[in-house]
This record gives sequence, C-alpha cells and structure tokens, in this order.
Amino acid sequence: MRLSSKHLTLLILLAIVALAPLAFPSNFYYRIGALAFVNGLAVTGLVILIGFAGQVSLGHAGFAGIGAYTCALAPIYLGLHPALAMLLGTVISAGIAWLIGGPILRLKGYYLGVATLGFGILVSMVLANEVPITGGADGREVPELGLRAALKFIGIDLSNAQFWYAFTALFLLGGAWVASNLHDSAAGRALRALHDSEIAAGTVGVDVARYKLSAFVLSAVYASLSGSLLALMNKFITPDVAGFLHSVELVTMTVLGGAGSVPGAIAGATLLTLLPQALTALQAYEHMILGLIMMLVMIFMRDGLVPTLSRALRGRG
Amino acid sequence: MTELLQYLVSGTTVGAAYALVALGFTIIYNASDVVNFAQGEFVMLGGMVTFFAWQAGVPLPLAALLAIVAAAVIGVLLNKLAIERAGAAPVVSLIIITIGASIFLRGGAQLVFDKQLHRFPGFSGDEPMNVGGVTILPQGLWVVAVAVMVFVLLYVFFTRTLTGKAILATANNRVAAKLVGINTDYMMSLSFALSAAIGALAGILMTPISLTSYDLGVPFALKGFAAAMLGGMGVPVGALVGGLLLGLIEALTAGLVSSTYKDAVAFIVILVVLFWMPQGLFGRKSMERV
Repeated sequence: MRLSSKHLTLLILLAIVALAPLAFPSNFYYRIGALAFVNGLAVTGLVILIGFAGQVSLGHAGFAGIGAYTCALAPIYLGLHPALAMLLGTVISAGIAWLIGGPILRLKGYYLGVATLGFGILVSMVLANEVPITGGADGREVPELGLRAALKFIGIDLSNAQFWYAFTALFLLGGAWVASNLHDSAAGRALRALHDSEIAAGTVGVDVARYKLSAFVLSAVYASLSGSLLALMNKFITPDVAGFLHSVELVTMTVLGGAGSVPGAIAGATLLTLLPQALTALQAYEHMILGLIMMLVMIFMRDGLVPTLSRALRGRG
Repeated sequence: MTELLQYLVSGTTVGAAYALVALGFTIIYNASDVVNFAQGEFVMLGGMVTFFAWQAGVPLPLAALLAIVAAAVIGVLLNKLAIERAGAAPVVSLIIITIGASIFLRGGAQLVFDKQLHRFPGFSGDEPMNVGGVTILPQGLWVVAVAVMVFVLLYVFFTRTLTGKAILATANNRVAAKLVGINTDYMMSLSFALSAAIGALAGILMTPISLTSYDLGVPFALKGFAAAMLGGMGVPVGALVGGLLLGLIEALTAGLVSSTYKDAVAFIVILVVLFWMPQGLFGRKSMERV
C-alpha cells in the first residue's frame, strides 16, 4: 500500500511525539514539549489562515486570550466544568471571529494586519483593565481539568507533566490532521486559489468572502483551544497570553518553519519554543534574538526554514 | 468649560506628536510602499539617546542632535540591511521584517540603556502657564510649533527642491526615476533617514511631558499609524490633521469617558476608518490593478 504524503507526515509527527520522551532526561522536558504542542496548535490554525488563504493576522493571541480566560472564568461564574468551558471558549472565539471577520477580511495586506492587531490589543486591554473580573495584570487562577485524576482511577498513572504532554499532543495531532485534510479538499484548493489571486479565484466561481471568513473562524478556534490548553496546563493565566508579543510570536513561528506547510509550521513552533530554554544564559538578549530571527528568515529564506532546507537537500540529492 | 479647553490643549499637544510620527510613516510609505512597524522605535530612540547623553554631561541641544543623527543612521541601516535586501517581498514578509526590527531595537535599548522611565527638563523650563484658567506647559507649545515647522519644511522640501522631487519621482515609479538618472537607492535611504529623524524629534519633544522608556515604541507606532490612516495613508496634510484629530479624540475620551481605555481610541479609530472610509479624510480612492 502506498501512503499519501499527508498520512506519511502525520505518521512521522506521531512517531516523533511518541519517541521523543525516550530521550527526555527529566520531567521538565515533558513540559517544554507540551508548550511546543500548545504553540504548534495555534500555529497550525495560522497555517490555514496565512499559508493557505494568504490572509495575515497580528491579533490571534486575542483568541488565545478568550479561550484561556473562558477556562478561568466560566467554571466560577457559570459553574461549568473546565472541559465545557474550553468548548464554550471556542464557541465564543468562533462567534467573535465570525462577527469581526466579515468587515475585517475585506481589508488587505497592511490594513488587515493593523485591524487584527487592533482587535488583539483591545482584547488584552480589556483583560488587563477589568480587574474585578479578570484579576488584571496579576492574572487569575484556573481550575483543575480533573482528567488526570480520572485516568488514575482507571489505572493509568501519569505525572502531571506527562499527562499534559500526551493530552496536548492529541490536540496537535488532531489539529494537524484536520488542516492536512483541508489542504487537499475542495475548500483547501479554493483557499489556495484565492491566496494567489482573489480576482482569479472569484472569476472561476470561488466565493472569496465566505472562504476567507471560514479560514479566519477556523484559525480562531485553533488559537482559542491553544489558549485554553495553556491556561488549564499552567492553572494560571495572565493577560500576556492575549498580548501583541504573543500574536507576533505565533506569526513568526508560522512563517519561520514555512507558512504553507503544517509540519513546517509545527517545526517552527517547536524551534521557537525551545529557543528561550536553550538560551537561558542569553536571556537578556532574548528579544534581540527573536527580532533578528524574524528579519533574517524573511530576508534570506522567504518560504520559511523547512521548505527552503528541503529544497536545498533535494537539489543536492 | 475650562475643563473642556484643558482637554483640547493637552489633546493638541499629544496630537502634534502623533502627527510627527504619522509624517514619518507617510514619508517611508510614499517612498517604498512599506509600512514601517518599527517607526515607534525611532520615537523611543529619540527620547532615550537624548536622556542618556544629557545625563553623561552633554548639553541638551547637542544631546538632542546626537539622538536625531543616531536614529537617522539606524533608519538608513534598517533600509540597507533589511528592506532593500528583502526586495519585492510579499506584504506579510515586510510586516514581519519591520516588526522584527522593532523587537530587535527594543531589546537592544533595554540592554544598552535600562528599563526605567526617564525625563529631562523642558526646553523653556517646566513652569506651567495659566491662560484663562487653562494650564499650558511651555513644552506643549514647543511640540506644536515644531510639528508645524517640520510640516512646512517638508512641504518646501518636496515641492521646491530637486532632491525632494527626486524622492517623489522614486516613489511614483522607480524604474522611470532610474531612467532619468535618479539614484533611487540613495533616495530610499534618504527617506528612511528623514523619517527616522522626524520620529526621534517627536520622542525628544514629548519626553519632558510624558517621559520616555524602552517600550514606548509600539504604542507610538500604532497611534502614528492610526493618525496616518485617519488622514489618508501617504498624504502629508492627512498625517498632520489625522494626528491632531487623534490626539483630541484621545484627550476628550480620557477626560469625559474613561482614562483606562484612552489607548483603545486609536484602534477604534483605525477600525472605523477602515470600514467606512478606507481612503481616510484626504486620501484618494485607490484602484487595484489586476
């Protein structure tokens, strides 16, 4: 049986996720892995928006913030189970994305970037300023998901870090599977067509506005889930999750690995999550290095790390 | 009534600073079609370099000059090392490059300088004047006067001098400009230097009023951008009027509605302008070529 490249990619991803722990010297690495998966999930959503549909967003951390704070607040104010709060967060994010996406996505290029940026900053501003509800800049505690205890009850005993490693990996694999399927579907082809030229796509019958909006809503759902997972994993959340820097980091991860490909973007997310851990000695330089990476990759490897490297390898072999 | 006048005075002051930042955006946008997200970092550099030079014993006017030159040099480097090399990169890449530059400069400033808030004295002292119950800072008058002066000088530069016209020609059609013997690379660098210098000037003027720190670049960039869009992207008069309007709206919001959300005003302005009048107040309607 011949495997399609889509299945091969997912299998390789699964193998990496399953085998990586064999090389982990300590529990701490499970946590780094889980962080990479959480970022990877949001970035996979951005691959759909930026890579497939060609629409930039500098405000997706806003949706991560909505997902995160719904997990923190809904259990307290609505008495929801955290898992249901996560679901509610995605519904709210999708609803808001649908509402603002209509007008925002008529914009292009810089204007779209700035409009999404404005949205993200408005969200983080509300989170930071509505102190009585959100706890303001000091952050807010998030209730325990409780799934680990349930697993323990049926005999699967995982450490906290191990559980979150596995749990976030499931979401990432699921997200990557959906995105890869989308890439090869009629909808995915429509998105990629409007990426190349909206007018050409419209001429051959693609409903440009509807497809752009779907991509925007879907990527908002990814970001929201990523925010929820982060909140539940850390059991604590601050408005930084919705901040401008987080939005920029997400976009950088997306284009660093290669915005057009799901595995590339996940590689980008992993690299940029590992970087601060690897460079703890250079912590003071963290922002300079992040800025430098953003500029260098965009100037010298415009398609991103993974597509550029794989092309170089193929060219030699 | 006096309260309202007070808001108008402070709004005009801040608005003049926004207008300067917006003018910086306009110059680079006109020359290269690039929206420079690092524009706010020039504002930060203006204030920070001046403060640290002044603290080291350099007289204030000289320190300010030093800061303007430093910002201009960094602006040229940004063009030479990043924007020029990126060539005809898609908009997403250019956004990421300039945001990268902004994060890089902010990280650098945090390292070279520090994370504290700083201020140096106003150019004509810090004694507030009382005009009919309204308090006016002498530095506020400086900000407005310099903004108007910069605008007039730019107008003369772009309409009366050969170099200014050459920049406009480069902006209009780079190939045609090259064909008539204009050194377009030089004109691009000149635009970046000019834009950075104006940004730094805004930072220097505002420091005695609103202090400076390593991280004020992003808010200034966003407000300058909002002002430029309100007036109409790429139109100098628009930058001036847009900046003043944004400053006034912000001051009135802070005074009459909520000071917590005064920073949200710029974004709401951006969104409103984008949806209902995408070409801004003075912009021409643009057509898309297929």
